[in-house]
Amino acid sequence: MSSRTIAGAVIDVDAEGFMTQSTQWTPEIAIALSNELGIAPLTDAHWRVLTFARDDTAKHGQSPGPRRIVAGAGVTMKELYALFPKGPGKLVARLAGVPKPKSCL
Amino acid sequence: MKNLLIIGAGTAGTIVANRMSRDLRGWAVTVVDPGADHAYQAGLLHVPFDMLDEASITRPRTSTLGPHVRWVREAVRAIDTSGRTVETREGGKYDYDIIVIASGCRIRPDLTEGLTGEGWGTTAFDFYTQAGSSALKRALAAFEGGRLVVNVVEMPIKCPVAPLEFLFLADAYFTERKMRDRVELVYATPLDAAFTKPIAARTLGHLLDQKGISVETEFSTAEVDGGARVVRSFDDREVAYDLLVSIPTHSGADFIETSGLGNELAFVPADKNTLAVDGHENVFVLGDAGDFPTSKAGSVAHFQADALESNLVRATRGLGPLPTFDGHANCFVETGHGKALLIDFNYETEPLTGDYPVPGVGPFSLLEESRANHAGKMAFRWLYWNALLRGRPLPVPAHMSLAGKHLPTTPT
Ligand SMILES: Cc1cc2nc3c(=O)[nH]c(=O)nc-3n(C[C@H](O)[C@H](O)[C@H](O)COP(=O)(O)OP(=O)(O)OC[C@H]3O[C@@H](n4cnc5c(N)ncnc54)[C@H](O)[C@@H]3O)c2cc1C
Repeated sequence: MSSRTIAGAVIDVDAEGFMTQSTQWTPEIAIALSNELGIAPLTDAHWRVLTFARDDTAKHGQSPGPRRIVAGAGVTMKELYALFPKGPGKLVARLAGVPKPKSCL
Repeated sequence: MKNLLIIGAGTAGTIVANRMSRDLRGWAVTVVDPGADHAYQAGLLHVPFDMLDEASITRPRTSTLGPHVRWVREAVRAIDTSGRTVETREGGKYDYDIIVIASGCRIRPDLTEGLTGEGWGTTAFDFYTQAGSSALKRALAAFEGGRLVVNVVEMPIKCPVAPLEFLFLADAYFTERKMRDRVELVYATPLDAAFTKPIAARTLGHLLDQKGISVETEFSTAEVDGGARVVRSFDDREVAYDLLVSIPTHSGADFIETSGLGNELAFVPADKNTLAVDGHENVFVLGDAGDFPTSKAGSVAHFQADALESNLVRATRGLGPLPTFDGHANCFVETGHGKALLIDFNYETEPLTGDYPVPGVGPFSLLEESRANHAGKMAFRWLYWNALLRGRPLPVPAHMSLAGKHLPTTPT
């Protein structure tokens, strides 16, 4: 684990760059990360997904997978993949400051 | 007489029914389950490789339920939580004072475009059902070589390590049949790695290379084209196969959706520590039917039953539930050639290395291959029928313990 400065804030991240303290997240961090990851600019649809992922993780204790995002954020599966190309699970988690979807091992 | 009604007499429902029928006075304990037999599902992994025969993994349900449990052999159609009644597909109506949902989950190959079309049952199989694992056994025996793809369609699935175990056992099986060089083994997973927890990834990552298994990660299955024998992902990647072993999408029972109690896949949202269903004081859920942030595993069903027992007794006395379940899971993971791993974890603690259950002694070793672990896995079937289902205490603690585990010195 290490920390880095982004969008004027210091955040704790793991070896892969995922935030480990969800409470340190701000929308400005998501915007800065979206630039780094090459998916800027973030549209309304992106924000709907990111907001859902944050709320759902807080309530549920684990990050939502694609089906759950589609059901909860009002986007289709195709749109979700267009918004977050190659693996929305991981990209959404990265930008929303929640853990990436995991298995038990 | 008051009524405790339990829906489903699988691993979870059977333990709860047997325990509660001993614990409660003045209460009738009823389970509703349409199936004549009880299956030991962990054995489904061994059937395709001829390590266990089909007959040894089922028993008549009557032999698993205690003398004071009433079994209604019907299928629940809906729960009316305001009227406190359950209706069955056969037209039965049953009143309850407290209800426990233990209806597990099932595979839904019908939810993936093309999966049940051409090739289903000839070049594409599941091993999560008895019919599927038996058919796959015949297909493996007849397999002459080529590309065998194990594809997890989406999470959550039962026993999330079973697909990897299948690959490890397949590597050993084809090696023993002296045809390993003619078989390519591929794992297509929606997650970003085969091992997703840091310490497991570090300790076990070598197993895939060592066994020659290639991994296609972040592969979210959109459709299966059985004619062309390819699996396609939502981002238009293709994985070709000669033999497909699919772990289809899982969902809860229909009645959960009908009764308005489920999420998008008909799993029941509930408090992860008390097991009380959101918004209801007399409705509880445990096992695979629940939407809990831990594995869908028999060991979880067992540890949840331990926690639920006291909360059900409290509920019969009008007391609220206590947050007693910690997410504990404990699973043997077959690695082939007579060896296995053991993992032990909960909501807070990822799988760690160490000894289990006695520090410094074992006999089982955590996150490390050993013959003792494999012997433990195979012996567990006896414990399952003779101790676990009967609700007898097993020699393992319900709560996860850090004793014997090696804590990470550097944060992960
Ligand atoms: C291939 C495979 C390997 C596995 N390996 C392991 C392992 O090594 N270790 C481990 O811990 N776990 C393992 N598991 C998982 C384990 O079997 C399950 O997690 C466990 O059985 C869950 O118990 P349950 O009672 O919630 O559900 P189940 O045992 O599935 O029982 C559900 C019951 O509900 C009944 N039911 C369904 N619908 C209705 C209805 N409408 N009305 C009435 N009754 C209904 C069903 O008939 C069934 O009897 C494995 C599973 C599979 C498939």
